[in-house]
Amino acid sequence: MSKEPVAVVGVGQTKHVAARRDVSIAGLVREAARSALDDAELTWADIDAVVIGKAPDFFEGVMMPELYLADALGAVGKPMLRVHTAGSVGGSTALVAAQLVAARVHATVLTLAFEKQSESNAMWGLSLPIPFQQPLLAGAGGFFAPHVRAYMRRSGAPDTIGSLVAYKDRRNALKNPYAHLHEHDITLEKVQASPMLWDPIRYSETCPSSDGACAMVLTDRAGAARAPRPPAWMLGGAMRSEPTLFAGKDFVSPRAGQDCAADVYRQAGIADPRRDIDAAEIYVPFSWYEPMWLENLGFAAEGEGWKLTESGVTELDGDLPVNMSGGVLSTNPIGASGMIRFAEAALQVRGLAGEHQVDGARKVLGHAYGGGSQFFSMWLVGAQPPDA
Amino acid sequence: MPEVLKAPLTVEFPFTRSLGPVQSAFLTGLRERVVLGVRTGDGRILVPPVEYDPVTAEEIRDLVEVTPTGTVTTWAWNHAPRRGQPLDTPFAWALVRLDGADTALLHALDAPGPGDVHTGMRVRIRWAEQRTGAITDIACFEPYDGERAQPTGHLGQFEEPITGIVAPARLDYTYSPGRAQSAYIKALSDRRIVGERCPSCRKVYVPPRGACPTCGVATGEQVEVGPRGTVTTFCIVNIKAKNLDIEVPYVYAHIALDGADLALHGRIGGIPYDQVRMGLRVEPVWTEDSRYPDHYRPTGEPDADYETYKELL
Repeated sequence: MSKEPVAVVGVGQTKHVAARRDVSIAGLVREAARSALDDAELTWADIDAVVIGKAPDFFEGVMMPELYLADALGAVGKPMLRVHTAGSVGGSTALVAAQLVAARVHATVLTLAFEKQSESNAMWGLSLPIPFQQPLLAGAGGFFAPHVRAYMRRSGAPDTIGSLVAYKDRRNALKNPYAHLHEHDITLEKVQASPMLWDPIRYSETCPSSDGACAMVLTDRAGAARAPRPPAWMLGGAMRSEPTLFAGKDFVSPRAGQDCAADVYRQAGIADPRRDIDAAEIYVPFSWYEPMWLENLGFAAEGEGWKLTESGVTELDGDLPVNMSGGVLSTNPIGASGMIRFAEAALQVRGLAGEHQVDGARKVLGHAYGGGSQFFSMWLVGAQPPDA
Repeated sequence: MPEVLKAPLTVEFPFTRSLGPVQSAFLTGLRERVVLGVRTGDGRILVPPVEYDPVTAEEIRDLVEVTPTGTVTTWAWNHAPRRGQPLDTPFAWALVRLDGADTALLHALDAPGPGDVHTGMRVRIRWAEQRTGAITDIACFEPYDGERAQPTGHLGQFEEPITGIVAPARLDYTYSPGRAQSAYIKALSDRRIVGERCPSCRKVYVPPRGACPTCGVATGEQVEVGPRGTVTTFCIVNIKAKNLDIEVPYVYAHIALDGADLALHGRIGGIPYDQVRMGLRVEPVWTEDSRYPDHYRPTGEPDADYETYKELL
């Protein structure tokens, strides 16, 4: 028996900001869930199960927050699952929810991811003073900056590429009312003049720290037929993992990312992603990861990704728009960031992305990664169901 | 069996919490010696209050005052109070249903011994002298034989409400790095860097983890590597980290020691930061007060060819 097609019929986000001091964590997730239900014109009673994700518990210091969030998410008397895969968790949470529908375990599932970074300290949570170990000498940006330098060496990319990505994503964010950073006076010169934190990464080429939540309602074919607005159909979805460190690990283009993309394309019948996919929401927390992931995801040959960025292909009006929403560079509630990529991909093929809508977007990729470039989750969504 | 290292690891952080409207009223009430519950759609009063109805999932905001007297619904004796608990002498953890409430609140009950506590016993709140808008404003419960107290009819509106709290969290571990890393650390005290070779893929891991992450088999064969190595990639750190006493800018590098099959991390010194490059040949510089090399400095050898280290970035 074939799998049940999975449709996204509701998408909700909070307005992402630096600090939501007016709400509890329950109040924050509630807003996103409520707006996803409103989009689908459904009530709590229409939901069969809830699948929730966030970054590690120690970021906010609440052990298993899903237990206390059951009331806020209408999960009482229903199955509720928590997913953990570091920064990629928003994506893998959506995929676990999708599998419940695809396997016909549940007809309609609410999936949600969040982070209240203002009440957490991610840097501290990730760098505990482990006895006998040498302290990490650089912090999160310092962890990734040497990989960016390795990419520059390998590809021969000019050192201006990172600032072009940041300038593009921050301008895209101005068209997205939910984005955290709205830098109305942004210029390329300002990006290039911002302080160099971890050379080659500048301040303006890093992501902010945000409070926010994102939710989606996923349903089966019958649920999609009742939906008040166009659904997005899942055409393929996959997750892959690899160790943080091993001999032969390629941090510039991890094998797990390549394999994950290949699996999604095989499911979706994508022969040439550059030709067959209309746009992509890719997890880019430091600007240079745009060209790196374009290669890892097969949109460009090895060493050629930066040429797509430089020539404007990834601009909102380009041939392959990337991070139309402003991306992680403009909004980063860590646990939710992956789901925002997935949800923004769905909004595009539904034609509901508002000012940052790409005309004629029929197939859009959502991508997330996490840990030391070791967890990957992706889905491809389309305007037409998989068997159409 | 060689010695395996152990050391205490304390993880401690003061988390902040935004309370939202319901918890804000509840904790501000405690500051004013008022206990508030919330009314659900089916008319029950929940204490402590929640923001969303457990039956209907609807938002609930109808605050109701209950009394500081109540009944123990169940309990467990705590023989040995720990750091941070409400009382420092043995006490009962008790669930107390306050008069007027339909659910019970967990708190400490001060009683001489377990023989003095029973389910169904009457208790009342002992208020803390200094109250700040926290659950600790209830110092504990105490046995009470008097009349049931009457609510004052408070509606949950307060001057200067508490909107956030600080919730310190602390975890105490005994940390052990295990056999392989213990051997690695012991060798460092002789200023030797010793990894382990995978019996299957023959790769040399430094620092060793005791198993090969690719082949999934235990590693045991010890292999001394270095001391010289090659800078495979790096970044220049321009912002000072809180916990590090290093002057910025400095270079944080991946260094592939000769004979190792993956790079480890270190600081580069003995050369201006803007002259560090991929392929630079370096050697460790040890100091008396540090287990690890303080930094690595140029050896003066010609730079390594990119082809020799491109798999070790």
